[in-house]
Amino acid sequence: MGAASEAGKPAAGTDAPQHRPAPNIPQFTKDEDLHAYREMLLIRRFEEKAGQLYGMGLIGGFCHLYIGQEAVVVGMQMAGEDGDQNITGYRDHGHMLACGMDPKGVMAELTGRRGGYSRGKGGSMHMFSREKQFFGGHGIVGAQVALGTGLAFADAYLKNGKVSFTYMGDGAANQGQVYESFNMAALWKLPVVYVIENNRYAMGTSVARASAQTDFSKRGLSFGIPGEQVDGMDVRTVREAAARAINHARSGEGPYILEMQTYRYRGHSMSDPAKYRSKDEVSKMRDEHDPIEMVRKRLLEAHGVPEAELKSVDAKVREIVNESADFATHDPEPDPSELWTDILLEARA
Amino acid sequence: MATDILMPALSPTMEEGKLAKWLKKEGDPVKAGDVLAEIETDKATMEVEAIDEGILAKILVADGTENVAVNTPIAIIAEEGEDVSAAAASGGKGKPNGASDGGAPAPTPDMQAEGMAEKSAATAKTGDDAQKAPASPAVITNKAPDPVMEEFPADSPMKTMTVREALRDAMAEEMRKDDKVLVMGEEVAEYQGAYKITQGLLQEFGARRVVDTPITEHGFAGIGVGAAFMGLKPIVEFMTFNFAMQAIDHIINSAAKTLYMSGGQLGCPIVFRGPNGAAARVGAQHSHDYAAWYSNVPGLKVIAPYTASDAKGLLKAAIRDPNPVIFLENEILYGQSFPVPEIEDFVLPIGKARIHRPGKDVTIVSFSIGMTYALKAAQALAEEGIEAEVIDLRTIRPMDSATVVESVKKTGRCVCVEEGFPQSGVGAEIVARLMVDAFDYLDAPVLRVTGKDVPMPYAANLEKLALPSVAEVVEAVKSVCYK
Repeated sequence: MGAASEAGKPAAGTDAPQHRPAPNIPQFTKDEDLHAYREMLLIRRFEEKAGQLYGMGLIGGFCHLYIGQEAVVVGMQMAGEDGDQNITGYRDHGHMLACGMDPKGVMAELTGRRGGYSRGKGGSMHMFSREKQFFGGHGIVGAQVALGTGLAFADAYLKNGKVSFTYMGDGAANQGQVYESFNMAALWKLPVVYVIENNRYAMGTSVARASAQTDFSKRGLSFGIPGEQVDGMDVRTVREAAARAINHARSGEGPYILEMQTYRYRGHSMSDPAKYRSKDEVSKMRDEHDPIEMVRKRLLEAHGVPEAELKSVDAKVREIVNESADFATHDPEPDPSELWTDILLEARA
Repeated sequence: MATDILMPALSPTMEEGKLAKWLKKEGDPVKAGDVLAEIETDKATMEVEAIDEGILAKILVADGTENVAVNTPIAIIAEEGEDVSAAAASGGKGKPNGASDGGAPAPTPDMQAEGMAEKSAATAKTGDDAQKAPASPAVITNKAPDPVMEEFPADSPMKTMTVREALRDAMAEEMRKDDKVLVMGEEVAEYQGAYKITQGLLQEFGARRVVDTPITEHGFAGIGVGAAFMGLKPIVEFMTFNFAMQAIDHIINSAAKTLYMSGGQLGCPIVFRGPNGAAARVGAQHSHDYAAWYSNVPGLKVIAPYTASDAKGLLKAAIRDPNPVIFLENEILYGQSFPVPEIEDFVLPIGKARIHRPGKDVTIVSFSIGMTYALKAAQALAEEGIEAEVIDLRTIRPMDSATVVESVKKTGRCVCVEEGFPQSGVGAEIVARLMVDAFDYLDAPVLRVTGKDVPMPYAANLEKLALPSVAEVVEAVKSVCYK
């Protein structure tokens, strides 16, 4: 993925579905909102910095930013428990940070340095952490869905009570193996929550131009998999739906589909001029539905958090991100001997 | 006019079977569609139906007879009104037997078996012997591997078993040892395996560990890889490796590359196994040999055994290996028998070739079913005074070129034999390595005998032409020996 988009016809802003917030919004405590704010802000600032480093030529190849979609992964994580697995496609930096992976290790992987999570051998699309139960980071659209179903297969086999959070985009949701996976997950009642992050564009192709059924929550209907559409811009609705889905999966009822209605502000990848959508469409989402701004407003107005406290959160986040960038630009490249390592594991005698 | 009922074949590769039971007696009237008898092999059972009306005049092969070769007359049907005893005495006229045409395998001669049984160099090229009855080798029982490779104590007790049984035993033994080992694939459980390789595993290990999947290769290969990321050790059976084309993305992009892409964090202990290459008369989409394809990919190990003993020892090693292993079997070899050491926990090293037959004049390198051509050619050549050393690669990746190079240093000549296509094939790789590592020792260009560069045809004569032959191996060897 990641090639520059052909300049297709710009979709008129009015063609795009209007974003509809959920009618009954569950409330967060102050601490929950603060947590969500900090987590989402970390992803936002991290991605902005990654974009900057890419522009400076310090990050190579493809770089798919998660800006705009932060509420999805943060809300999911708030509903999960330790030991639940996470797996996603190539737009994966946000997921790693939300799983608790070290921003330094993630950024250093983006710059291809030895301190990166994959020692510089994976890059933006291929990072993993056994410790944080993050299983990648996959560059073949839709492959992570069968793999994530396999994680759930192992959970069921080992009877460990864990759930696999398997993320995909609206584009991946059209891949054949997604339905092969849905079938087996439902047949065997595997503990998997499929999170379809519908950001309205599969690279440069709008959902309406690629999908006969644009309601992705219905994509599991013929397998008897329940699904729901969720306001993916509001971290509270995400967490509430996630809790329902996870409970369903963990209790042995089988898979569950959450269609997260979200939006990416940036192009598909860094080289995407985004001519397939109007500037108005983007700015309308940013101005009216930004997941971070909504929490910030709540913290200030409903929870009475002083502005100074938020500023100190902002400063702290900025510091973490700057440190990660500093590390990622000064850490050496991998030793040339690394070329030949990690191809096969030694068989134990 | 009296008609012979012939022993039918349950599959294109069947050579013989057991006449389990007669359901009609001599003198019984029969109608078309009546079940006359039941036959069975170690793989399956089948009913023999009548296709004509008449009287069962004589039963030629009694209930319970084992090892009845395909196309042997098993009974005679007399026409209504015909003198039954005269008909029985005169015998039939070889009319095809009663296997129904409702999808049951036709009782055609087993061309593949014939190809394997061939002795004469001339027959291979002409293909005009295709109409003859098969040479009817019974289950081919092979001699013990040559003792030049001491992989088990020479005085080990040996048990003769088929490759099929050896593979099953290897899986069963590893499953008994390690609860994380499981088998998944199409028809592996209740059906007992499309080729009966998983026979009895469901009964011993239950449905948790012997998992029937839907027909969905891409999906279940991905699920297997995901489960392996979690530390399970799945054995994923493909009904044939041709179907693994639907799953090859997961085999290569997900299984083979993740260890590297994760900087060594995430291994994938998985075995993908199943029959590979040509069986017999199954056409282009069921006959492809993928040894060269998978051998091209770093991060994979690729095994293609010939003998039952190697099948067992290497499958056990593959299951224990922490890396993704492609285990290429061969349908025609499944029913062949070989001696297998009966020793506790017989495991062989991956990545070691075996000198199957020592010789001094020329080296023949092959693997899997290619070994059948190589060994028959070596036998024929020995009769003409050429002593060929036959090396069974056993593992294609990592390739044990050292064993090949050492042999070529001794013989100065080499022929590579495989059923796969010539371009970028396994033989091409061996040639390239010999150019680098044995150039100064070569007395002749290294030649390859391969499958022809065409999609596998269906017609019996064309299929035979498309595959390598013993005659071609003999010819190639003589050519490199300048004889």
